[in-house]
Amino acid sequence: MIDQETCHSLLDSLSDYVDGALGDELCAEIERHLEDCNDCRIVVDSLRKTIYLYHETTTPPVVPDDVRDRLFRRLDLEEFLQR
Amino acid sequence: MGSSADRTEAEFSLERLRAGDRAEFARLVETYSGVIYRLAVKLLANEQDAEDVLQETFIKAYNHLNNFNGRSKLSTWLYRIASNEALMLLRKRKQVPLSIEEPAEFIEGDQEPLQIKDWCCLPEPELMSAEARKYLDKALEDLPPSMRVVFLLREIEGLSTRETSEILELSESAVKTRLSRARMRLRDLLTSYYGEKLEAHTEHAQKERVIEGGRQ
Repeated sequence: MIDQETCHSLLDSLSDYVDGALGDELCAEIERHLEDCNDCRIVVDSLRKTIYLYHETTTPPVVPDDVRDRLFRRLDLEEFLQR
Repeated sequence: MGSSADRTEAEFSLERLRAGDRAEFARLVETYSGVIYRLAVKLLANEQDAEDVLQETFIKAYNHLNNFNGRSKLSTWLYRIASNEALMLLRKRKQVPLSIEEPAEFIEGDQEPLQIKDWCCLPEPELMSAEARKYLDKALEDLPPSMRVVFLLREIEGLSTRETSEILELSESAVKTRLSRARMRLRDLLTSYYGEKLEAHTEHAQKERVIEGGRQ
């Protein structure tokens, strides 16, 4: 469990940090801290991995055929149903 | 914003849509039903409810095309209708409004304590097993809807902070805060799950070493 003051003050910035969306100064401060703090390094790595896993397991935006049929019928668009 | 409006006009003719052109509307449905359905399924974790939201979204869009001002993208507008419909359904389902609208201090307040386990080294097949994928979905369901919807729009639908803020009518900084909290919460939930797998791995490896040692 992290409870050090520096770690805590940086936690809110880690999400922007992994997106590369932080200003140079804060980014450098985090990188300096990560060199010395193993716990925070683990948090950053597992945060990146968490985002990666959700991206990797995202399914394509497909509507099942029966759902699509009912949608087009409900919208009175049956004539445009193509397979 | 000029460029996104241009893009919308290039993809679909607002004029034809507003005039009630069925073929053009069918093309709109064909183009966006997939992403709207995916968002609804993930938000509601229920296929029947998601189908209702899908249908309602396009019925409302059809009936209110004249109110669409063309300043945002059509997709942004459709996502907004769908998100509102889904969040409303969730509110009804729970019937306790406070559990849906997170109190401000919960969203903006201090981070919770963090779990530290280095599970990143687990092999990919284990990280992405069928069981793990189920857990990823379950962790997402455990997020408060106000965080879940931001995470889904940003990470699953791949929309920008700006677009997400337009869809949910939130400030960009509120979107960033919610995304950060959602990611950190999911990281924590995943750490509980994969942390156990890691321990099992380590124990297994230790046993192997003991057996190997015994043999020598």
